[in-house]
Amino acid sequence: MSANVMAPARGSNVLRETWIVFNRAMRLSLRNPMWSILMLSQPLMYLFLFGPLLKPITAQISEGATTNAYQVFIPGLIVQLGMFGAMFVGFGLIAEYRAGVIEADRVTPASRIALMAGRVLRDVVVLVAQSVLLLVAALPLGLRAPWKGVLLSLVIVALLGATFASLSYSVALITKSEDALAPLLNGIAMPLLLLSGILLPMQIGPTWLQRLSDISPLKHVVNGVRAMFRGEVTSSPALWGLFWVVLLTVVGLAVGARTFRKESA
Amino acid sequence: MGSPTSLRVLYPHAGGEPTSCWANPRDGAKGGLFNIDYSTLIEQTVYMMIEARGLVRTFKTRRGPVQAVQGVDLAVADGEIVGFLGPNGAGKTTTMRMLATLIQPTSGTATVAGCDLAKDPVGVRRRIGYVPQSGSTLPEAIAGDEVVDHARLYGVPKAEAAARGQRLFEELDLPGLWRRQCKTLSGGQRRRLDIVMGLIHDPKLIFLDEPTTGLDPQARANLWEHIRGLRARGATIFLTTHYLDEADALCDRILVIDHGKIVGAGSPEELKQQVSGDGVRLDLADAAQAPAVAKIVGELDGAVAVETDSKTVNFRIPRGGSVLPGLLRSIDAQGIELEGVEVHRPTLDDVFLTMTGRSLRDEDADAPTDKEVAA
Repeated sequence: MSANVMAPARGSNVLRETWIVFNRAMRLSLRNPMWSILMLSQPLMYLFLFGPLLKPITAQISEGATTNAYQVFIPGLIVQLGMFGAMFVGFGLIAEYRAGVIEADRVTPASRIALMAGRVLRDVVVLVAQSVLLLVAALPLGLRAPWKGVLLSLVIVALLGATFASLSYSVALITKSEDALAPLLNGIAMPLLLLSGILLPMQIGPTWLQRLSDISPLKHVVNGVRAMFRGEVTSSPALWGLFWVVLLTVVGLAVGARTFRKESA
Repeated sequence: MGSPTSLRVLYPHAGGEPTSCWANPRDGAKGGLFNIDYSTLIEQTVYMMIEARGLVRTFKTRRGPVQAVQGVDLAVADGEIVGFLGPNGAGKTTTMRMLATLIQPTSGTATVAGCDLAKDPVGVRRRIGYVPQSGSTLPEAIAGDEVVDHARLYGVPKAEAAARGQRLFEELDLPGLWRRQCKTLSGGQRRRLDIVMGLIHDPKLIFLDEPTTGLDPQARANLWEHIRGLRARGATIFLTTHYLDEADALCDRILVIDHGKIVGAGSPEELKQQVSGDGVRLDLADAAQAPAVAKIVGELDGAVAVETDSKTVNFRIPRGGSVLPGLLRSIDAQGIELEGVEVHRPTLDDVFLTMTGRSLRDEDADAPTDKEVAA
C-alpha cells in the first residue's frame, strides 16, 4: 500500500476540522428538519397561547409607557429557546455514539475540540434561525424593539446555545444513556426555567423568591435581554446579562472540551 | 541451533523511511517474549507493525477496580493477519482499543505503525484504520457522505475522498450504494461500508473488532474474502474474534487471550499441534463395558487423556485414523459392541480447552465485558 500519509496537523486544522464536522451535522439536520421545526413549535405556542395572558400583568408592573407586553415576554422566550433548544442535543449524540460514529471520529487524527465544536456550531446556527423566526412571528403581535438590541440578543442566544449544547454533549458522553440523560436534564432545566423569570418577571413574586432567583445566572441574562429590547444596550442590566452569558459560555465550552478530550468519551 | 546475538527490527516510521533499532532476543532463541523463532529472523529485516509490552488496563466499576487486561505483550509483523481469539470479556476489545488510541493503558508501552502510543497518538491515528464492532456510520446519513466526511477528517481533499471512496465501494462489492441511506443497507453491506470507512485514508495497519459478528454464514464467508483481499493490498490486519472457524480460516497467527492475559500464540496449525493428537470417541452399546474398552485403549501406544463417561470413551492419540482399524479389531475380539466411532482433528476449541481448561463456548459471566467502561 502506498505510503499516502497526510501532512502533519497544524493549529489551523482545528478550524478546518470544525468546519467539516459542522457541515456533516448541518447536512443531517437539514435532511431531517422535523426536529428543528418541533423545537420551534414550543416557543411559538407560548407566544400565541400564553403571551396574551401577559398583557394585563405587564400593564400592572411596568411604569414606563413605552413598554409593551411582548418587549418583556419575547426576551424570555428567546432565552428559553436558547436553553431548551440546546439542552437536549445530547440525545442526538447518544444516537451517534450507539452507531459508532463517535468512536470512528475519535480514531481520526482530528482535534477532539473540533469534534465537539462542529456539532455545537450546528446547534447555534439552528437556534439563531429559530430565534429569528420567533421574532418575525411576534412582529404582527406588536413586538417593537430597536435593531441594535435585537442583534445583541441574538448573540446572547447563540452563546447560551453554545453553553447548553456543550454541557448536554458532555453529560451525554459521560452517561451514554438516554434513560439517565432525560431526568438529569429535566432536573436542571426546571429550576433554571422557574427561577429565571422567563415566563413571568420575578418582580411580581415574594421577596424570598426574588432573592433565590438572584442566584440563577439565567435571571440576569433574561433581564439583560429585556434591557436590550428596550434599547438600553449599555445599561447595567444589559452589561450584567452579557457578563453572565460570557462566563457561562466559557464554563460550558471548557467542560465540553474536557469531556471530549477524555478517553472514555 | 545457536542463539543469535542480536536481531534487527525495523519500524515503519513517520516519514516513510524506516528507522531501526537493535533488539536483543529475550528469553532464549526460541519462543521468548513474542513467541517468535528469532533464529529464523537473523539477516532478515522485520517491519514490526505492533509491538506492545506489559499493557495493563484497569476499569473502575461499582464493584471495585477490574483488571480487564493484565500485562499483554504482543508483536505483529508487517503483512500479517493476526487474530485475537478469546471469549467475550477476555480483554480483546480493550487491548485493541488501547492500541487504536481510544483508551489509555493503565500501564505498559506500545509502538503502533512506527509511532509511540503514548507520545504520538495522532501519528498512530494517521496510520491505522479501525473498524469498531458497533459500526461507524449513522443510519440516517448517506453512505457516500459519511465516507467523504470521514476521509476529510484525515486531511484527504474532498474530490479525492469521493474518488477513493467510490473505488473502495467497487472493490468491496457495494456498487450503486453510494447515495443510499446507511440504514437501507444489509448487515453484510453495512459491515463492508465500515471497512471502507476504515480504509479511506489508506492505512498500513487495520484493526477489525469482531468483523463478522451478527452476519449470516454467506455474508461471513464473503467478508473473509474481502479481509484476505486487504492483505493482498499490502495491509497488516489485526482482528478480534470469538469464532474459532474465523481465526482458523483467516489468520496467519493467533493470540489466545483469556482473563486479560495471552495464554497461547502461534499459527492455527502450531496451536493445534500443541494438542496431542486427534480426538477419538467410541460410543458403546453397553455402559458396563466401558472399563474394558478403556483398558484396551490405555494399552495403545501414545493414547492420552482416556476418559469414560457412561457409554462413551474419549481419548487422544497421534494419527487417530491409522490406529483405528487395529483398535476396532481388539474391541471386536472381546465381543464388545460399538454403536459409533468418531475421529476428529484437533480444533482451536481443543486448543482453547487445553490452554485454559475450559471451552471457548462457555461464555463466562463473571468477567467484565469489554464494553463495561465505567472509568
